[in-house]
Amino acid sequence: MPHLRSGACVMSLITARDISVAHGRRVVLEHVDFKIDPGEIVTIVGPNGSGKSTLLRALLGILPVSGTITRKPGLVVGYVPQKLALDGSLPMPVGSFLNLPSPHPVNERADVLRQVGLPDLQHRQIAELSGGQLQRVLLARALLSKPDILVLDEPTQGLDQMGEAAFYQLIEAVRSQTGVAVLMVSHDLHVVMSASDRVICLNGHVCCEGTPHVVRDAPEYRALFGHGTQGALALYQHDHDHDHEHAGCDHDLSATKDTADAG
Amino acid sequence: MLDDFLVRAALAGVGLSIATGPLGSFVVWRRLAYFGDATAHAAILGVALALLMSLPIWLGTLVVALAMALAVSWMASRGQSSDTGLGVLSYSALSAGLVAISFAPGVRVDLAAFLFGDILAVTRADLAVVWAGALSIAGLIWWRWSRLLLSTLSPDLAAASGINPAREGMVLTLSLAVVVAVSLKVVGALLIGAMLIIPAAAARQVAMTPFAMVVLAVVIGWCASLSGLLGSLWYDTPAGPSIIVAAGLIYLALTIVAAARRRPVD
Repeated sequence: MPHLRSGACVMSLITARDISVAHGRRVVLEHVDFKIDPGEIVTIVGPNGSGKSTLLRALLGILPVSGTITRKPGLVVGYVPQKLALDGSLPMPVGSFLNLPSPHPVNERADVLRQVGLPDLQHRQIAELSGGQLQRVLLARALLSKPDILVLDEPTQGLDQMGEAAFYQLIEAVRSQTGVAVLMVSHDLHVVMSASDRVICLNGHVCCEGTPHVVRDAPEYRALFGHGTQGALALYQHDHDHDHEHAGCDHDLSATKDTADAG
Repeated sequence: MLDDFLVRAALAGVGLSIATGPLGSFVVWRRLAYFGDATAHAAILGVALALLMSLPIWLGTLVVALAMALAVSWMASRGQSSDTGLGVLSYSALSAGLVAISFAPGVRVDLAAFLFGDILAVTRADLAVVWAGALSIAGLIWWRWSRLLLSTLSPDLAAASGINPAREGMVLTLSLAVVVAVSLKVVGALLIGAMLIIPAAAARQVAMTPFAMVVLAVVIGWCASLSGLLGSLWYDTPAGPSIIVAAGLIYLALTIVAAARRRPVD
């Protein structure tokens, strides 16, 4: 994993050491180590209820955690949440939404909408947008702050397959244009395999971690996602009530994770 | 020809609307209607304590409304802001206040004035309290506008942008307590909630942006205050409830306008 060794001279954007998160009495994440470097695309995969969104929210400082999280001083985060709970009582045109929390000139807003492949729909209410349009508007808002890192939580939920592919191409394009780092949670394993520099397989703890190929061949990953289809189908058949039966998913067996930690 | 007391009443209504427009919009957006009622009902307990301890009424209401608002938001932060829980707190505080007032020594207390307001008896000092409170709330919301708005839309998006959504929620909680304290004299504990909700809900029918909704809610509050006062003068009706009736009629009219606009007659 040569891309991990570049960290010697560049400060990581976010570093987490031994973090754990509990919702009430239920422990959702245990002893997770994490870091992401400038320009890296890191994807978190894992079954439902494995703590993927929780990890993102912990890294963003939304959730209280035990352990230490270090963000680069002055780090600007562009966050695209899994969904936006829209309430009809709040009128909110796209243009006003893009101005939260800080205002941007109207032509800058139009430019960023064009960049994410939308027409200038600043006067449209966000509640009236289609799922794909809303995802792009959320991305546009994240990009307006000129982030060091984009954090995307299952950004293609509710999109059809073509929409998904187009969205990930857009992310790639943005990364190559701006050099922004990307941290995302995804269900779309086939896309993950092609688009990520590094994949983290999560199931309450880090099961395995490394380049897409290393993770795909790891026994821990196969225990979670199955064989053959690269897991793309197995994922949707996975029953999260039976997570504990995946005996192969265990820290002690995680040779690939140790390699990643060394980098 | 306007009598002096009528001018003072009008100024009180107009001043109060400057706070209830923006604050009421946030109450509508964040679904805090019950929260507002609970805080307002607690004000009666504040009146009782103020009478018993010979303190200014507004001070007693401010302290108790503040305590109630903090208690309710603490409950909400623990995920217990059920209608039931709020109802228990709200009516307990109201009844405790009514019971406590009966212990107030000597003076015969005009309960109706505290429950429904006594806008025609507003003094110059009351006016100063209303305007000072209303302008500071409007200023506070103006200052924190983007942060409040993003926290309302999505606490997660706010947190990811370095905003503390809990702190913004506290800003609204404190504002609510202040508005309750200063508006007790104008519309009374039972109608403060109406003054918050109805102009904002009416504005929602036609406003296309959050800012437009706030401005419109203020203007609707002004229209309701002035027409309610005039109506009460002409028909000799209680002033506070007349203002709320006027607001309700404006809501009805704007709802019809909005419905007609959505479905043009063919």
